[in-house]
Amino acid sequence: MPVPDVKEKFSGVVHAVTIGATSEQGGSRTRTVTIGGETGLPMLSFEAEYPHRPAFALEVNTAGADDWHSQARKHVGEVAADLEKWAARCEEWGADLVCLHLDAAHPDLGGRSPEECADDVKRVLGATGLPLIVWGADVDEVDNNVLPKCTQAAAGENCLFGTAKEANYRTLAASCLADSHKIIAEAPSDINLSKQLHILLGDVGVNVQNIVMHPTCGALGFGMVYIYTTIERGRIAALGGDVLMQQPVVVNMGKEIGRVKEATSPDEDAPQWGKLDVRAPLWEAATAVGYMEAGAELFIMRNPEALQQAKTAVEALWPKA
Amino acid sequence: MALTGLDIYKLLPRTNCGDCGVPTCLAFAMKVAAKQAALDECPHVSEESQEAAGAASQPPQKLVTIGSGDRALKIGNETVMFRHDERFHHPCGIALLVNDTDDLDARMETVRSLSFERIGQIIDVDTVALNCASGDGEKLQEAAGRIQTELSLPVVLIADSADKLRPAAEGLSDGRPLLWERGGPSDALVELAASAKLPVVVEGDLEKCDADTQKAKGAGVEEMVLCPGEVSPLETLQFLTVTRRATLRRTYRPLGYPVLVRAWAQDPVQQSLEGCHYVDKYAGIVVLEVDSPEYVLPVLVTRQGIYIDPQVPVQVEAKVHEINNPTETSPLIVTTNFSLTYYSVLGEVEASRVPARILTVDTKGTSVLTAWAADEFGPEQIKDAIEKSGVFDQLGEGYRKPIIPGLVAVISGELREELEQEVIVGPKEASGLGRFLNNEWPKLVG
Ligand code: B12
Ligand code: SF4
Repeated sequence: MPVPDVKEKFSGVVHAVTIGATSEQGGSRTRTVTIGGETGLPMLSFEAEYPHRPAFALEVNTAGADDWHSQARKHVGEVAADLEKWAARCEEWGADLVCLHLDAAHPDLGGRSPEECADDVKRVLGATGLPLIVWGADVDEVDNNVLPKCTQAAAGENCLFGTAKEANYRTLAASCLADSHKIIAEAPSDINLSKQLHILLGDVGVNVQNIVMHPTCGALGFGMVYIYTTIERGRIAALGGDVLMQQPVVVNMGKEIGRVKEATSPDEDAPQWGKLDVRAPLWEAATAVGYMEAGAELFIMRNPEALQQAKTAVEALWPKA
Repeated sequence: MALTGLDIYKLLPRTNCGDCGVPTCLAFAMKVAAKQAALDECPHVSEESQEAAGAASQPPQKLVTIGSGDRALKIGNETVMFRHDERFHHPCGIALLVNDTDDLDARMETVRSLSFERIGQIIDVDTVALNCASGDGEKLQEAAGRIQTELSLPVVLIADSADKLRPAAEGLSDGRPLLWERGGPSDALVELAASAKLPVVVEGDLEKCDADTQKAKGAGVEEMVLCPGEVSPLETLQFLTVTRRATLRRTYRPLGYPVLVRAWAQDPVQQSLEGCHYVDKYAGIVVLEVDSPEYVLPVLVTRQGIYIDPQVPVQVEAKVHEINNPTETSPLIVTTNFSLTYYSVLGEVEASRVPARILTVDTKGTSVLTAWAADEFGPEQIKDAIEKSGVFDQLGEGYRKPIIPGLVAVISGELREELEQEVIVGPKEASGLGRFLNNEWPKLVG
């Protein structure tokens, strides 16, 4: 008896989303990044197409990196006071994109004004040719004041802006539409909430093909497996033809690593766990590859060493296009 | 073809003795029908019934037992491709590669050290893959014997020919080692495994595995483990997926065995990442050569996560937990009954050496923010839990000041009103608790 043919053909496809615009496209990026486009579950090239590799962004934060765990700070510490240097360094570290977090707009972290935030965006765009993700301060009112100024400042650059949430999506959706940016739709750990949000965004005119979804996330051993399953279920639905789940997935995971003791405790506190300078980046890389296995295709990380490790793993794993 | 629960029920003794671990014969029959149990797990089923049921009553993926006693490794018998469809049942073995020429005492010490307590469970390297580097079967047997007796762990024996495996296989068959002849099994190994009744590794691509398992089965080998050999991580993952699919979706029994893989990458970081991948995607045994905790721990934690039953929240009892012998002046820490949350907090409180009470509110096993967002960890629920537990009665007048997680600082005002007591907002992460309890708490009750 021959080995049965177990190939599966799916009716759905993950949308390909391109971030960034080069000068020909009206922007100033030196390259663009496209994620998505898969026609099957992760990495099964015997039955499906994988036109684009997962992409990796490094976080640059307007609030600096003082509260980052020691091993991430070790790398970014010397540039963390200077957004432009930091962004430029991301490129050297091998990032595919820069993700600018606007935490300093948070009232507890300095309450940077919308104009100042827009200037931050401009300066980062000037400092690197990489495509840009811009992430708000995760406070609704603040984001609504700040993000429209930032989408304007980055008009033409085809950035990815986040996040739009069910309770707060209109302002960001409108400004992304006006300034032609892609948008991150964030719905915590639940497929139905995601679909609902995509409908709402569609209703205000956002093309579902311009959405990247964020199911929120936890680190390996710290809630990850729940989100792994959320992503995997969502992907199966997408491939089964559910157009509301066909968006590529981003995980903003850098900050989650800092919560895990195994990844951050000093050697003297935890000799049984081995060397911290190995543990910390590896934990972050392992979190990324775990999510990749579930279907995520864009990873926002903090530790450049972890980014390099995860990228090397992707080299060995991701089917050649 | 497939038998219904009722068909199977008719083949059982119908005494409801419970020896199969299920209370009634009918319930057991249902499990067999759902391919979650094998008919022969009922110790009283007659041979005629077994024959009548035939192969149709067997789960499509064979359960393979390696080793013996408490620490035997049972792998296979998986029923789903995705954990959300049910759950993954038999946690894969994580095996450390050891050479029979190594300093065995040192290597066994290393294996022992790769054991960690996490969320109230022990997670450890639970298998040894012993390679016949000496090229001497007697030497392999001696090393395997020591590992079996001194570590009590299941052993995978690796050699390049059947005759090198023979002494250990024959001499140590009670310990049920898994026999891995590289590139095998040869006819000689099949014969050896059949007569010693031991599980064997069938190594090669899909076609070779398909042919070899049928041949070995025909020769009387019952338990087998597939292995794709030294191929790229991508090919390994695809092998794992295809064999699992052929088994579960097509009930194709020649590939209906668990899979052993080795993480081959030379770079230890990449080897560890490979291990994590294989654990998530269907491996039955993952062999690692890296042996320092920083590389092994992520693989163990990945296994702990992926084998959690997604239907059953991982929770601890909702009650007052007394830590370090608290008195009436000890702090009261409020948290949820999600195991991950509770053990994170417990670890810090224990390490702080401050005697304390931890009240776990019944949030149906969810984390602080998940529970808060789902209305399971608000002022009312916390107040109820405090009142029901009677914990205030154990505390002196000025000490009835519950400490709540910093992540739910927003509820402190309302909780204060509900309780008519002062409420203290703790740090956001449990890691800040040690310092908080030692330095700040005394001032707050001062
Ligand atoms: C895994 C997860 C889930 C899992 C739940 C797993 C579980 N058993 O809890 C699932 C997928 C089921 C889930 C569902 C939902 N989730 Co959820 N989920 C997460 C996720 C990714 C991780 C949570 C986690 O495991 N944390 C780890 C544990 C250990 O952390 P912890 O409990 O907070 O404990 C730490 C501290 O609080 C501290 N601590 C704990 N106790 C104490 C006590 C004291 C005194 C002190 C000082 C400290 C302290 O110590 C611990 C270690 O530092 C988070 C996002 C994130 N990264 O945090 C979202 C998150 C918690 N979820 C969220 C939401 C909204 C939901 C839903 C309500 C969405 C929905 N579908 O409606 C549902 C609820 C469903 C329900 N009815 O139960 C939101 C909450 C938003 C908010 N700010 O309130 C979050 C923050 C995501 C987000 N950014 O929006 N979720
Ligand atoms: S062991 Fe056999 S006879 Fe006893 S309850 Fe189970 S199925 Fe019935």
